[in-house]
Amino acid sequence: MNIYDLIFYLFATITVLSALAVVSTKNIIYSAYNLMLTFFGVAGLYVLLGADFLAIVQLIVYVGGILILILFGVMLTNKVNGMPIHTEVTNIIPASITIGLFAGIVLAFFMNTNWKSVTTEFPATTIQSLGKLLMNEYILIFELLGVLLLIALIGAASIARKQ
Amino acid sequence: MGILEIIIITFVKILIIVTMMLLSVSYLVYFERKISAWTQNRVGPNRVGYAGLLQPFADVFKLLLKEDIVPDAANKPIHTLAPIMALVIAFGTYAVIPIGPAVELFGYNIQLVVADVNIGILYVLALTSIGVYAITFSGWSSGSKYSLLGGVRSSAQMISYEISMGFSVAGVLLFSESLRPLDIVASQSGWMWNAIVQPIGFITFVVSAFAETNRLPFDLPEAEPELVGGYHTEYSSMKFAAFFLAEYANMIIASALIVTLYLGGWQVPYIEMAGLSAGLTALIQVGAFFVKMGALLFFFIWVRWSLPRFRYDQLMSLGWKVMFPLSLVNLIWVAVLVMLFN
Repeated sequence: MNIYDLIFYLFATITVLSALAVVSTKNIIYSAYNLMLTFFGVAGLYVLLGADFLAIVQLIVYVGGILILILFGVMLTNKVNGMPIHTEVTNIIPASITIGLFAGIVLAFFMNTNWKSVTTEFPATTIQSLGKLLMNEYILIFELLGVLLLIALIGAASIARKQ
Repeated sequence: MGILEIIIITFVKILIIVTMMLLSVSYLVYFERKISAWTQNRVGPNRVGYAGLLQPFADVFKLLLKEDIVPDAANKPIHTLAPIMALVIAFGTYAVIPIGPAVELFGYNIQLVVADVNIGILYVLALTSIGVYAITFSGWSSGSKYSLLGGVRSSAQMISYEISMGFSVAGVLLFSESLRPLDIVASQSGWMWNAIVQPIGFITFVVSAFAETNRLPFDLPEAEPELVGGYHTEYSSMKFAAFFLAEYANMIIASALIVTLYLGGWQVPYIEMAGLSAGLTALIQVGAFFVKMGALLFFFIWVRWSLPRFRYDQLMSLGWKVMFPLSLVNLIWVAVLVMLFN
């Protein structure tokens, strides 16, 4: 076992354990905190795979943007009602059946796919090639995503204005 | 270099940076008090040691010896976690900021930066966005309305100003064509400092830095007349000191970042024409970095004791309606410059 394997297992453990804690704790703020740890673990795995840009963007977008919005919503509504929001466990049987099926399908694909692995040089940085791809080959998708986000923004603003 | 040597060198660098940060943070507090005294025609701290120079140590000892009070309504684990997060993030950011050129020491070629990361600037932005959590958690976990309001205000403010900050940085990145702090410094050789090439971006970045560090005129998260103390109202003893240290550490990092991005980093224009030895040049350059940083820190304190506080709606409209469009204008200006001269 070399140092890469050790680091991989470290980040993998962080990711899996914190993800478990996200779904198992009753306090929603603890869930948010553990979700942050999960994102950290995933970002660490990305760095280990040489995807430096992806790792940092993962942190900026998910931890810095999305999760903080969730926290905001929870924090403000939590105190306004005067009672703490707790997550409840309901519908255990249908949920376990669905998840078991889904896990089975994923596992089956995982086992039966013929994974290609090619030994390549560790890229010094992925930013330049990523930028070129986004601005040339995938420009249409890139721009469409931008328009989609704009629509979401305008929609949110208009909903908020009416109330 | 073997892996052991790299680890040892990195540890030494971390040790030096952390020691320097802790010392400069405590003396920054001292200078803040002294400069405020000069501004208000007072004497300032002058009892402990010569001219009050030992005052920071007395302050730290006082805070260490105080009782640590956790309110009943507080959520204990998160209440304890928040100040730790604040300090760790504040100190972690410094890892990617270079303080000087590469030097030969004991036969090794050493970069004067803890981690030479090729996406260093994004790393700084990511850590600042995580810094919001420390404040949000502290505000929420204290179980007090003042803390909660302070925490919410602070995070809303930081998220808003992160946008103009990010767009200002984008202008710098267009010029340097790299996210690596060392390349950004290298791209500003001679008089081509980004503060001169893109003055609008410089202004928007400095204003956003003031907002990100919660300094006056944007210190609404802890506006005393409205919120008692803001997000750290319910903190005492060393936990309060941790927030205090993190705030000043953030100020130092903001100054270091402004120097790296806009004021040419450690570079002294045309120093290579003086014909000095390599060691002396490096020494002067490291000195220049600290002089620039010190001047900026003085500016931070000077502004605090000269300007009144903004109202919250003024702060938000300044961020979204003035700073954000201005940073976009700057981005277009830099893009045109790069198009014309490349």
